[in-house]
Amino acid sequence: MCLAVPALVVALTDDTATVDLDGIRKDVSTILLDEVQVGDYVLVHVGYALERINAAEAEKTLQLFAELRALDASE
Amino acid sequence: MKYVDEFRDGLTARLIAEQIRQEASGQREYRLMEFCGGHTHAIFRFGIHDLMPENLKFIHGPGCPVCVLPAGRIESMIRLVEQENLILCTYADLMRVPAGRSTHKGDSLQKARARGADIRMIYSATDALNIAQANPERQVIFFAIGFETTTPPTAAILKIAKAMELKNFSVYCNHVKTPPAMAHILASGEARIDGILGPSHVSTIIGSEAYAECCHTYHTPLVIAGFEPLDVLASTLMLVRQINEGRAEVENQYTRAVSKHGNEKACALITETLEQRALFEWRGLGELPDSAMQIRPEYAGFDAEKRFSIDHITADDIKGCICPAVLRGVSKPDACKLFGTACTPEDPKGACMVSSEGACAAYYSFGRFR
Repeated sequence: MCLAVPALVVALTDDTATVDLDGIRKDVSTILLDEVQVGDYVLVHVGYALERINAAEAEKTLQLFAELRALDASE
Repeated sequence: MKYVDEFRDGLTARLIAEQIRQEASGQREYRLMEFCGGHTHAIFRFGIHDLMPENLKFIHGPGCPVCVLPAGRIESMIRLVEQENLILCTYADLMRVPAGRSTHKGDSLQKARARGADIRMIYSATDALNIAQANPERQVIFFAIGFETTTPPTAAILKIAKAMELKNFSVYCNHVKTPPAMAHILASGEARIDGILGPSHVSTIIGSEAYAECCHTYHTPLVIAGFEPLDVLASTLMLVRQINEGRAEVENQYTRAVSKHGNEKACALITETLEQRALFEWRGLGELPDSAMQIRPEYAGFDAEKRFSIDHITADDIKGCICPAVLRGVSKPDACKLFGTACTPEDPKGACMVSSEGACAAYYSFGRFR
Protein backbone atom coordinates (compact mmCIF):
# COMPACT_ATOMS: atom_id res chain seq x y z
CA MET A 1 0.00 0.00 0.00
CA CYS A 2 2.88 2.33 0.63
CA LEU A 3 3.96 2.42 -2.98
CA ALA A 4 4.35 5.91 -4.40
CA VAL A 5 5.50 6.79 -7.89
CA PRO A 6 7.60 9.75 -9.01
CA ALA A 7 5.64 11.87 -11.50
CA LEU A 8 6.39 15.16 -13.27
CA VAL A 9 4.25 18.19 -12.42
CA VAL A 10 3.08 19.74 -15.71
CA ALA A 11 0.38 22.16 -14.49
CA LEU A 12 -0.85 23.66 -11.21
CA THR A 13 -4.14 25.13 -10.01
CA ASP A 14 -4.79 25.93 -6.31
CA ASP A 15 -4.34 22.65 -4.42
CA THR A 16 -4.23 20.43 -7.50
CA ALA A 17 -1.37 19.43 -9.76
CA THR A 18 -1.62 17.73 -13.12
CA VAL A 19 1.15 15.14 -13.23
CA ASP A 20 2.59 13.19 -16.11
CA LEU A 21 3.69 9.63 -15.53
CA ASP A 22 5.25 8.21 -18.65
CA GLY A 23 2.54 9.84 -20.78
CA ILE A 24 -0.36 9.22 -18.42
CA ARG A 25 -1.86 12.42 -17.01
CA LYS A 26 -3.67 12.64 -13.72
CA ASP A 27 -4.79 15.33 -11.28
CA VAL A 28 -3.44 14.90 -7.76
CA SER A 29 -3.84 16.92 -4.57
CA THR A 30 -0.90 19.05 -3.41
CA ILE A 31 -2.50 19.88 -0.05
CA LEU A 32 0.30 18.05 1.82
CA LEU A 33 3.07 20.20 0.32
CA ASP A 34 4.04 23.82 0.85
CA GLU A 35 5.77 24.53 -2.39
CA VAL A 36 5.28 22.80 -5.69
CA GLN A 37 6.37 24.14 -9.05
CA VAL A 38 5.83 23.01 -12.61
CA GLY A 39 8.84 20.88 -13.50
CA ASP A 40 9.13 19.30 -10.02
CA TYR A 41 8.89 15.56 -9.59
CA VAL A 42 6.55 14.53 -6.79
CA LEU A 43 5.84 11.16 -5.18
CA VAL A 44 2.21 10.30 -5.89
CA HIS A 45 0.29 8.06 -3.47
CA VAL A 46 -3.51 7.47 -3.46
CA GLY A 47 -4.11 10.70 -5.39
CA TYR A 48 -1.90 12.88 -3.18
CA ALA A 49 1.59 14.29 -3.74
CA LEU A 50 3.46 13.16 -0.62
CA GLU A 51 6.80 14.85 -1.17
CA ARG A 52 8.93 16.53 -3.80
CA ILE A 53 11.85 14.52 -5.13
CA ASN A 54 15.06 16.30 -4.16
CA ALA A 55 16.90 16.37 -7.49
CA ALA A 56 20.29 17.25 -5.96
CA GLU A 57 20.10 14.33 -3.51
CA ALA A 58 19.05 11.95 -6.29
CA GLU A 59 22.06 13.11 -8.30
CA LYS A 60 24.40 12.43 -5.35
CA THR A 61 23.09 8.85 -5.03
CA LEU A 62 23.47 8.26 -8.78
CA GLN A 63 27.00 9.72 -8.64
CA LEU A 64 27.96 7.07 -6.06
CA PHE A 65 26.70 4.36 -8.42
CA ALA A 66 28.65 5.93 -11.32
CA GLU A 67 31.85 5.92 -9.26
CA LEU A 68 31.37 2.22 -8.52
CA ARG A 69 31.03 1.49 -12.25
CA ALA A 70 34.07 3.63 -13.09
CA LEU A 71 36.13 1.80 -10.49
CA ASP A 72 35.07 -1.53 -11.96
CA ALA A 73 35.94 -0.42 -15.52
CA SER A 74 39.41 0.71 -14.48
CA GLU A 75 40.24 -2.62 -12.83
CA MET B 1 10.76 6.68 -16.29
CA LYS B 2 12.88 9.27 -14.53
CA TYR B 3 13.85 8.38 -10.93
CA VAL B 4 12.93 4.76 -11.63
CA ASP B 5 15.00 3.40 -14.53
CA GLU B 6 18.31 4.80 -13.24
CA PHE B 7 17.80 2.87 -10.02
CA ARG B 8 17.33 -0.46 -11.82
CA ASP B 9 20.64 -0.76 -13.69
CA GLY B 10 21.78 -4.38 -13.86
CA LEU B 11 25.55 -3.80 -13.97
CA THR B 12 25.46 -1.52 -10.92
CA ALA B 13 23.32 -4.09 -9.10
CA ARG B 14 25.89 -6.83 -9.74
CA LEU B 15 28.73 -4.59 -8.55
CA ILE B 16 27.00 -3.65 -5.28
CA ALA B 17 26.06 -7.30 -4.73
CA GLU B 18 29.71 -8.29 -5.22
CA GLN B 19 30.71 -5.71 -2.62
CA ILE B 20 28.12 -7.15 -0.20
CA ARG B 21 29.48 -10.67 -0.74
CA GLN B 22 33.01 -9.46 0.04
CA GLU B 23 32.10 -7.50 3.14
CA ALA B 24 29.58 -9.96 4.57
CA SER B 25 32.16 -12.70 4.59
CA GLY B 26 33.12 -14.62 7.68
CA GLN B 27 31.27 -16.90 10.02
CA ARG B 28 28.46 -14.71 11.25
CA GLU B 29 24.90 -14.54 9.95
CA TYR B 30 23.34 -11.29 8.80
CA ARG B 31 19.60 -11.39 9.51
CA LEU B 32 18.07 -8.28 7.98
CA MET B 33 14.38 -7.48 8.32
CA GLU B 34 12.80 -5.52 5.51
CA PHE B 35 9.87 -3.99 7.38
CA CYS B 36 7.83 -3.12 4.26
CA GLY B 37 6.06 -5.48 1.93
CA GLY B 38 7.21 -3.16 -0.87
CA HIS B 39 10.80 -4.16 -0.12
CA THR B 40 9.88 -7.86 0.08
CA HIS B 41 8.48 -7.61 -3.42
CA ALA B 42 11.50 -5.69 -4.77
CA ILE B 43 13.81 -8.36 -3.30
CA PHE B 44 11.94 -11.17 -5.06
CA ARG B 45 10.89 -9.41 -8.23
CA PHE B 46 14.39 -8.23 -9.08
CA GLY B 47 16.17 -11.38 -7.93
CA ILE B 48 18.16 -9.60 -5.18
CA HIS B 49 17.68 -12.67 -3.03
CA ASP B 50 19.79 -14.74 -5.44
CA LEU B 51 22.68 -12.26 -5.43
CA MET B 52 23.20 -12.44 -1.68
CA PRO B 53 25.71 -14.65 0.12
CA GLU B 54 24.40 -17.71 2.00
CA ASN B 55 24.91 -16.09 5.39
CA LEU B 56 22.74 -13.04 4.60
CA LYS B 57 19.04 -13.61 5.11
CA PHE B 58 16.13 -11.29 4.46
CA ILE B 59 13.45 -11.65 7.14
CA HIS B 60 10.08 -10.32 5.99
CA GLY B 61 8.36 -7.85 8.27
CA PRO B 62 4.77 -6.84 9.02
CA GLY B 63 4.71 -3.74 6.79
CA CYS B 64 1.60 -4.66 4.84
CA PRO B 65 -1.44 -2.89 6.26
CA VAL B 66 -4.08 -5.30 4.96
CA CYS B 67 -2.04 -8.23 6.30
CA VAL B 68 -1.95 -6.88 9.86
CA LEU B 69 -5.62 -5.82 9.98
CA PRO B 70 -7.54 -8.31 12.15
CA ALA B 71 -10.19 -10.20 10.18
CA GLY B 72 -12.83 -9.22 12.76
CA ARG B 73 -12.64 -5.55 11.78
CA ILE B 74 -13.53 -6.46 8.20
CA GLU B 75 -16.40 -8.64 9.32
CA SER B 76 -17.71 -5.81 11.52
CA MET B 77 -17.90 -3.53 8.50
CA ILE B 78 -19.60 -6.19 6.35
CA ARG B 79 -22.29 -6.60 9.04
CA LEU B 80 -22.79 -2.85 9.28
CA VAL B 81 -23.02 -2.24 5.54
CA GLU B 82 -25.52 -5.10 5.13
CA GLN B 83 -27.69 -3.97 8.07
CA GLU B 84 -27.71 -0.24 7.45
CA ASN B 85 -27.80 -0.13 3.64
CA LEU B 86 -24.99 2.37 3.55
CA ILE B 87 -22.15 2.88 1.09
CA LEU B 88 -18.73 1.58 2.11
CA CYS B 89 -15.67 2.89 0.27
CA THR B 90 -12.23 1.33 0.51
CA TYR B 91 -8.93 0.90 -1.26
CA ALA B 92 -8.80 -2.08 -3.60
CA ASP B 93 -6.18 -3.89 -1.48
CA LEU B 94 -8.78 -4.71 1.15
CA MET B 95 -11.49 -6.15 -1.10
CA ARG B 96 -10.30 -9.76 -1.17
CA VAL B 97 -8.87 -10.06 2.34
CA PRO B 98 -10.55 -12.91 4.23
CA ALA B 99 -12.93 -11.55 6.86
CA GLY B 100 -13.98 -13.28 10.07
CA ARG B 101 -16.12 -16.33 9.43
CA SER B 102 -18.82 -16.15 12.06
CA THR B 103 -21.51 -14.99 9.60
CA HIS B 104 -20.42 -16.34 6.21
CA LYS B 105 -17.68 -18.89 5.67
CA GLY B 106 -14.76 -17.55 3.65
CA ASP B 107 -16.26 -14.06 3.52
CA SER B 108 -14.65 -10.90 2.16
CA LEU B 109 -15.76 -7.41 1.14
CA GLN B 110 -15.80 -8.62 -2.45
CA LYS B 111 -18.14 -11.50 -1.63
CA ALA B 112 -20.39 -9.17 0.37
CA ARG B 113 -20.55 -6.93 -2.69
CA ALA B 114 -21.55 -9.91 -4.80
CA ARG B 115 -24.42 -10.50 -2.35
CA GLY B 116 -25.61 -6.95 -3.06
CA ALA B 117 -23.84 -4.76 -0.48
CA ASP B 118 -22.88 -1.32 -1.82
CA ILE B 119 -19.11 -1.55 -1.41
CA ARG B 120 -17.02 0.64 -3.70
CA MET B 121 -13.34 0.45 -4.54
CA ILE B 122 -11.68 3.84 -4.63
CA TYR B 123 -8.29 5.04 -5.81
CA SER B 124 -8.05 8.14 -3.65
CA ALA B 125 -9.52 9.15 -0.29
CA THR B 126 -10.98 12.14 -2.12
CA ASP B 127 -13.17 9.75 -4.15
CA ALA B 128 -14.98 8.80 -0.93
CA LEU B 129 -15.85 12.47 -0.33
CA ASN B 130 -17.12 12.81 -3.87
CA ILE B 131 -19.33 9.73 -3.44
CA ALA B 132 -20.77 11.24 -0.23
CA GLN B 133 -21.58 14.48 -2.03
CA ALA B 134 -23.20 12.63 -4.91
CA ASN B 135 -25.41 10.56 -2.55
CA PRO B 136 -26.68 13.03 0.08
CA GLU B 137 -29.57 10.74 1.05
CA ARG B 138 -27.26 7.87 2.07
CA GLN B 139 -24.55 7.41 4.68
CA VAL B 140 -21.05 6.87 3.28
CA ILE B 141 -18.23 5.30 5.32
CA PHE B 142 -14.60 5.37 4.24
CA PHE B 143 -12.82 2.20 5.51
CA ALA B 144 -9.41 3.80 6.07
CA ILE B 145 -6.35 1.58 6.43
CA GLY B 146 -2.63 2.04 6.04
CA PHE B 147 0.59 3.06 7.72
CA GLU B 148 1.81 6.66 8.03
CA THR B 149 2.07 6.99 4.23
CA THR B 150 -1.68 6.64 3.78
CA THR B 151 -2.70 8.52 6.94
CA PRO B 152 -2.27 12.13 5.67
CA PRO B 153 -4.85 11.77 2.85
CA THR B 154 -7.38 10.50 5.43
CA ALA B 155 -6.54 13.47 7.67
CA ALA B 156 -6.99 15.80 4.70
CA ILE B 157 -10.49 14.54 3.85
CA LEU B 158 -11.59 14.70 7.49
CA LYS B 159 -10.68 18.36 7.52
CA ILE B 160 -12.40 19.01 4.19
CA ALA B 161 -15.53 17.09 5.25
CA LYS B 162 -15.76 19.21 8.42
CA ALA B 163 -15.30 22.45 6.47
CA MET B 164 -18.04 21.33 4.05
CA GLU B 165 -20.29 20.30 6.98
CA LEU B 166 -21.02 16.97 5.29
CA LYS B 167 -23.70 15.15 7.27
CA ASN B 168 -23.53 11.76 5.58
CA PHE B 169 -19.81 11.02 5.68
CA SER B 170 -17.64 9.23 8.24
CA VAL B 171 -14.33 7.38 8.48
CA TYR B 172 -13.65 3.95 10.01
CA CYS B 173 -10.08 4.63 11.09
CA ASN B 174 -7.62 1.72 11.07
CA HIS B 175 -4.39 3.65 10.57
CA VAL B 176 -1.39 2.09 12.26
CA LYS B 177 2.09 3.29 13.16
CA THR B 178 5.43 1.82 12.14
CA PRO B 179 7.85 2.52 15.03
CA PRO B 180 5.74 0.77 17.74
CA ALA B 181 5.45 -2.40 15.62
CA MET B 182 9.18 -2.31 14.93
CA ALA B 183 9.94 -1.87 18.64
CA HIS B 184 7.62 -4.78 19.47
CA ILE B 185 9.41 -7.13 17.07
CA LEU B 186 12.84 -6.11 18.33
CA ALA B 187 11.75 -6.35 21.97
CA SER B 188 10.42 -9.89 21.54
CA GLY B 189 13.71 -10.93 19.95
CA GLU B 190 12.16 -14.07 18.42
CA ALA B 191 13.04 -13.11 14.83
CA ARG B 192 16.72 -12.49 15.83
CA ILE B 193 17.14 -9.35 13.73
CA ASP B 194 20.62 -7.88 13.17
CA GLY B 195 19.50 -4.88 11.13
CA ILE B 196 16.44 -3.28 9.55
CA LEU B 197 15.79 -2.00 6.05
CA GLY B 198 13.61 0.97 6.97
CA PRO B 199 10.44 2.03 5.16
CA SER B 200 10.59 4.28 2.10
CA HIS B 201 7.41 6.30 2.06
CA VAL B 202 6.39 5.97 5.69
CA SER B 203 9.71 7.72 6.33
CA THR B 204 8.87 10.41 3.77
CA ILE B 205 6.10 11.43 6.20
CA ILE B 206 7.60 10.74 9.66
CA GLY B 207 11.29 11.42 8.86
CA SER B 208 14.42 9.44 9.69
CA GLU B 209 14.59 10.76 13.26
CA ALA B 210 11.42 8.81 14.17
CA TYR B 211 13.42 5.55 14.41
CA ALA B 212 16.28 6.86 16.55
CA GLU B 213 14.84 5.72 19.87
CA CYS B 214 14.04 2.24 18.59
CA CYS B 215 17.56 1.78 17.13
CA HIS B 216 19.18 3.01 20.30
CA THR B 217 17.02 1.03 22.74
CA TYR B 218 17.48 -2.30 20.94
CA HIS B 219 20.97 -1.56 19.61
CA THR B 220 19.88 -2.43 16.09
CA PRO B 221 21.01 -0.52 12.98
CA LEU B 222 18.41 0.78 10.52
CA VAL B 223 18.89 2.10 7.00
CA ILE B 224 15.98 3.86 5.29
CA ALA B 225 15.87 2.37 1.80
CA GLY B 226 14.12 3.37 -1.42
CA PHE B 227 11.92 0.77 -3.13
CA GLU B 228 14.02 0.39 -6.31
CA PRO B 229 16.47 -2.53 -6.53
CA LEU B 230 19.63 -0.39 -6.40
CA ASP B 231 18.24 1.36 -3.31
CA VAL B 232 17.67 -2.00 -1.62
CA LEU B 233 21.16 -3.23 -2.53
CA ALA B 234 22.93 -0.04 -1.46
CA SER B 235 21.00 -0.04 1.84
CA THR B 236 21.86 -3.69 2.44
CA LEU B 237 25.54 -2.84 2.00
CA MET B 238 25.18 0.06 4.47
CA LEU B 239 23.60 -2.32 7.01
CA VAL B 240 26.36 -4.91 6.57
CA ARG B 241 28.92 -2.19 7.24
CA GLN B 242 27.11 -0.98 10.37
CA ILE B 243 26.91 -4.54 11.68
CA ASN B 244 30.58 -5.19 10.94
CA GLU B 245 31.56 -2.00 12.75
CA GLY B 246 29.25 -2.65 15.70
CA ARG B 247 27.24 0.53 15.05
CA ALA B 248 23.48 0.86 15.60
CA GLU B 249 22.49 4.11 13.92
CA VAL B 250 19.71 5.41 11.71
CA GLU B 251 21.13 6.00 8.25
CA ASN B 252 19.24 7.27 5.24
CA GLN B 253 19.92 5.89 1.77
CA TYR B 254 16.68 7.33 0.33
CA THR B 255 17.78 10.95 0.65
CA ARG B 256 15.96 12.00 -2.52
CA ALA B 257 12.62 11.64 -0.70
CA VAL B 258 13.28 11.38 3.04
CA SER B 259 14.49 14.12 5.36
CA LYS B 260 15.30 14.06 9.06
CA HIS B 261 11.94 15.43 10.18
CA GLY B 262 9.74 14.22 7.31
CA ASN B 263 6.80 16.09 5.85
CA GLU B 264 5.91 18.43 8.69
CA LYS B 265 2.84 19.82 6.98
CA ALA B 266 1.40 16.30 6.59
CA CYS B 267 2.26 15.46 10.22
CA ALA B 268 0.53 18.65 11.43
CA LEU B 269 -2.60 17.67 9.51
CA ILE B 270 -2.56 14.23 11.17
CA THR B 271 -2.16 15.78 14.63
CA GLU B 272 -5.03 18.17 13.95
CA THR B 273 -7.54 15.45 13.06
CA LEU B 274 -6.27 12.21 14.65
CA GLU B 275 -4.86 11.16 18.00
CA GLN B 276 -3.09 8.13 19.39
CA ARG B 277 -5.26 5.10 20.16
CA ALA B 278 -4.41 3.49 23.50
CA LEU B 279 -4.55 -0.10 22.24
CA PHE B 280 -4.99 -1.68 18.81
CA GLU B 281 -4.99 -5.31 17.72
CA TRP B 282 -2.57 -6.34 14.96
CA ARG B 283 -2.89 -9.68 13.23
CA GLY B 284 0.16 -11.68 14.28
CA LEU B 285 1.45 -9.18 16.82
CA GLY B 286 -1.52 -9.02 19.20
CA GLU B 287 -2.67 -5.87 20.98
CA LEU B 288 -0.01 -3.17 20.90
CA PRO B 289 -0.20 0.03 22.97
CA ASP B 290 0.03 3.41 21.21
CA SER B 291 0.39 1.73 17.83
CA ALA B 292 -2.58 3.16 15.95
CA MET B 293 -4.59 6.33 15.39
CA GLN B 294 -8.19 7.26 16.12
CA ILE B 295 -10.26 10.29 15.21
CA ARG B 296 -10.07 13.28 17.57
CA PRO B 297 -13.17 14.21 19.62
CA GLU B 298 -13.45 17.48 17.65
CA TYR B 299 -14.10 15.33 14.59
CA ALA B 300 -16.41 12.83 16.37
CA GLY B 301 -19.20 13.59 13.89
CA PHE B 302 -17.03 12.01 11.21
CA ASP B 303 -15.98 8.98 13.25
CA ALA B 304 -17.81 5.83 12.11
CA GLU B 305 -16.97 4.14 15.42
CA LYS B 306 -18.88 6.89 17.29
CA ARG B 307 -21.76 7.32 14.85
CA PHE B 308 -22.66 3.70 14.33
CA SER B 309 -23.01 0.73 16.58
CA ILE B 310 -20.17 -1.47 15.35
CA ASP B 311 -19.88 -5.05 16.56
CA HIS B 312 -16.45 -5.85 17.92
CA ILE B 313 -15.75 -9.27 16.52
CA THR B 314 -12.78 -11.38 17.48
CA ALA B 315 -12.13 -13.72 14.60
CA ASP B 316 -9.75 -16.64 14.47
CA ASP B 317 -7.53 -17.07 11.45
CA ILE B 318 -8.21 -20.09 9.28
CA LYS B 319 -6.87 -23.37 10.63
CA GLY B 320 -3.38 -24.14 9.38
CA CYS B 321 -2.66 -20.57 8.18
CA ILE B 322 0.67 -19.31 9.54
CA CYS B 323 0.23 -15.64 8.55
CA PRO B 324 0.75 -14.50 12.17
CA ALA B 325 4.19 -16.16 12.36
CA VAL B 326 5.11 -14.85 8.89
CA LEU B 327 4.21 -11.32 9.98
CA ARG B 328 6.49 -11.59 13.01
CA GLY B 329 9.40 -12.75 10.85
CA VAL B 330 9.49 -16.12 12.59
CA SER B 331 8.33 -18.35 9.70
CA LYS B 332 8.78 -18.25 5.92
CA PRO B 333 5.66 -18.47 3.73
CA ASP B 334 6.65 -21.78 2.10
CA ALA B 335 6.73 -23.40 5.56
CA CYS B 336 2.91 -23.18 5.57
CA LYS B 337 0.98 -26.33 4.71
CA LEU B 338 -1.63 -24.30 2.84
CA PHE B 339 0.94 -22.40 0.72
CA GLY B 340 0.43 -22.89 -3.00
CA THR B 341 -2.16 -25.62 -2.47
CA ALA B 342 -5.23 -24.53 -0.50
CA CYS B 343 -3.98 -20.92 -0.44
CA THR B 344 -3.12 -19.14 -3.70
CA PRO B 345 -3.54 -15.52 -4.88
CA GLU B 346 -6.63 -16.66 -6.83
CA ASP B 347 -8.20 -18.21 -3.73
CA PRO B 348 -6.40 -16.78 -0.69
CA LYS B 349 -6.97 -18.16 2.80
CA GLY B 350 -4.60 -15.82 4.62
CA ALA B 351 -4.13 -12.07 4.25
CA CYS B 352 -0.44 -12.37 3.30
CA MET B 353 -1.45 -14.17 0.09
CA VAL B 354 -3.94 -11.49 -0.95
CA SER B 355 -2.12 -8.23 -0.91
CA SER B 356 0.30 -7.38 -3.66
CA GLU B 357 2.67 -6.63 -0.76
CA GLY B 358 2.15 -9.76 1.30
CA ALA B 359 5.15 -12.04 1.82
CA CYS B 360 3.19 -15.15 0.75
CA ALA B 361 2.12 -13.45 -2.49
CA ALA B 362 5.77 -12.54 -3.16
CA TYR B 363 6.91 -16.13 -2.63
CA TYR B 364 4.11 -17.43 -4.81
CA SER B 365 4.66 -14.96 -7.64
CA PHE B 366 8.45 -14.95 -7.78
CA GLY B 367 9.85 -17.79 -5.74
CA ARG B 368 7.56 -20.80 -5.62
CA PHE B 369 9.68 -22.95 -7.93
CA ARG B 370 12.85 -22.30 -5.94
